[in-house]
Amino acid sequence: MSPDLIVLAIADGVSYAGLIFLVSLGLTLICGVMGIVNVAHGAFYAFGGYTAASLTLLAMNHQPSTLLLLACLAMAALLVGLILGTSLETGLLRRVQNRDPVQQLLITFAAFMVLEDVQRLVWGTQPYSASEVVGRMGTVTLFNVTYTSYQLVLIPLVALCTYAGLLFFLRFTAMGKQIIAVTHHREMAMALGINARKIGWMTFVLGASLGALGGAMAAPTTSMVPGAGADMIVLSFAVVATAGMGQITGALIASLLIGLARSVAVYLSPEWEVAVPYLIMVLVLLVRPNGLFSVAQARRI
Amino acid sequence: MIRSMAWLGMLLCLGLGLLFPWSKTPLIMALCYGLASLGVCLLVRAGQVSFGHALYAAVAAYAVAFLARAHPETDGLVLILAGILASTVVGGVVGLFVVRYRGIFFGMLNLALSMVVFSMLGKFYNVTGGTDGLRINRPTMFGLVTERNDYETLLLCLSVLLAGGLGWLVQRYFKSAAGEALAGIKSNETRLEYLGLSAKYILWQAYVGSAALVGLSGALFGLVQGLVTPDIGSWFRSGEYVFITILGGSGHALGVFLGAAVFEAVKLFASAYMTGVWQMLLGLTLILVILVAPEGMVGMLRRKINPHKGSAP
Repeated sequence: MSPDLIVLAIADGVSYAGLIFLVSLGLTLICGVMGIVNVAHGAFYAFGGYTAASLTLLAMNHQPSTLLLLACLAMAALLVGLILGTSLETGLLRRVQNRDPVQQLLITFAAFMVLEDVQRLVWGTQPYSASEVVGRMGTVTLFNVTYTSYQLVLIPLVALCTYAGLLFFLRFTAMGKQIIAVTHHREMAMALGINARKIGWMTFVLGASLGALGGAMAAPTTSMVPGAGADMIVLSFAVVATAGMGQITGALIASLLIGLARSVAVYLSPEWEVAVPYLIMVLVLLVRPNGLFSVAQARRI
Repeated sequence: MIRSMAWLGMLLCLGLGLLFPWSKTPLIMALCYGLASLGVCLLVRAGQVSFGHALYAAVAAYAVAFLARAHPETDGLVLILAGILASTVVGGVVGLFVVRYRGIFFGMLNLALSMVVFSMLGKFYNVTGGTDGLRINRPTMFGLVTERNDYETLLLCLSVLLAGGLGWLVQRYFKSAAGEALAGIKSNETRLEYLGLSAKYILWQAYVGSAALVGLSGALFGLVQGLVTPDIGSWFRSGEYVFITILGGSGHALGVFLGAAVFEAVKLFASAYMTGVWQMLLGLTLILVILVAPEGMVGMLRRKINPHKGSAP
């Protein structure tokens, strides 16, 4: 591999890692707090991407500034997170709260199937993209390699800011501390006067918005097609399982690991590209059965 | 009562297939889905969901395809057996590893393994034919050279017999000591170990059994379609198997076939009258069943038959 290719692979890997980190962060947050593996998270990603593309198209009619286009992406994430997240949480998940985990998992799978068709009905099957913003932001040159600044600067920056913001929110705000309390022991937290219902809704909307933000940030560089959500959800499963459930810093490292490994595979032996993340996950789980960064859990009897 | 319904169902399948030849393929498909879900149901009994069992359908189907292409004179029955053998062996080896895991990680590890195989099936064009898949020419069945129609009739009869026989066998297993121990993994694994039973060994047995059942379904699937594509091993297919199991209910072996019948019927109905929204219809059906009847269709049936007793037919 020539030095240029190595730089290119790293750039690819970092920008890709930023995207999968945003999506997995939402997934791991919901999983940590509510104990639900949310298959419908893939739909949040897809809806976020499609909404961002549609908003950008709409904005293009009014000679928008670059900032407005970026605001469109953020708006899309927030909109999808609020509307879809709220309806899924209050409409479905709340009703199966104390059920068997298998049924909770399957109800999100069913919701995913429904949302996939809704997405096909709304946006059809032709690919959507919002590439305008990438062109506007220009390129950067790094060791002779020219790369778009959107992918190399903005995406990793957004991912890191989200990571830092979330850590701050969870550690230093009252609401964040309540979320952590519910994660540790729901009943105990409720006994202490925490409104676990509200916390559940908050977390779900936050997680859904993060998933949608991943989609919205992906929309300018990839085209959204049916099935994009299904591909993304399994990939973020791999990240979350590699990192350990509910591990935020773990998810960051696992995303980087998987993103870089994948982009190296693209240049070295492209046949292995799709398989690499899952191979990493299998290897990690064989050695550490609960993920890389899992902490010992107190057994509840 | 449930047993007589099973007989009725088998007769209905055969009757429909013989009266309306177009219905043979959907019926065989439904039975294939049912057989695969029967395998997944074994694990759901232990409280474990695998989101990667389509892997075994893929292993069996590709084994059938490779064998049929290498030795075109091989009988269909031998092909099916070879497919089951392949999936059972793979399931036995993989099972050694995955039975150490529970809950989410059990599901995820299976998912990851199936994704590795799925992506390789699509990429290694020279061996697997890539996403176009491999064609399987119609083999002889029970030594008979058949036309398409008779071939499908034979496959339908075979599937109905297998579904009935294996459903009965699995139900017997559920009621046996080993089957009760399997259900014990779900309710309290620690107590199970205190009884002197190895939860891992019990789960391994069920895992191998489930791999064999899903493999059988994959082999039949390959034969009835005459084509094997990587799609047979996609994670979404695995999800559909779990879907059917929950829809039908894991309380009785008949449940998965009820679930599969509804699954295939909704698909058929949607493709005829509401093209493009079959997934939505299926999703809504499952949501409704989970909210209204948590024990699935078979649970609903039991309450109808026997309103006072909680379980046990």
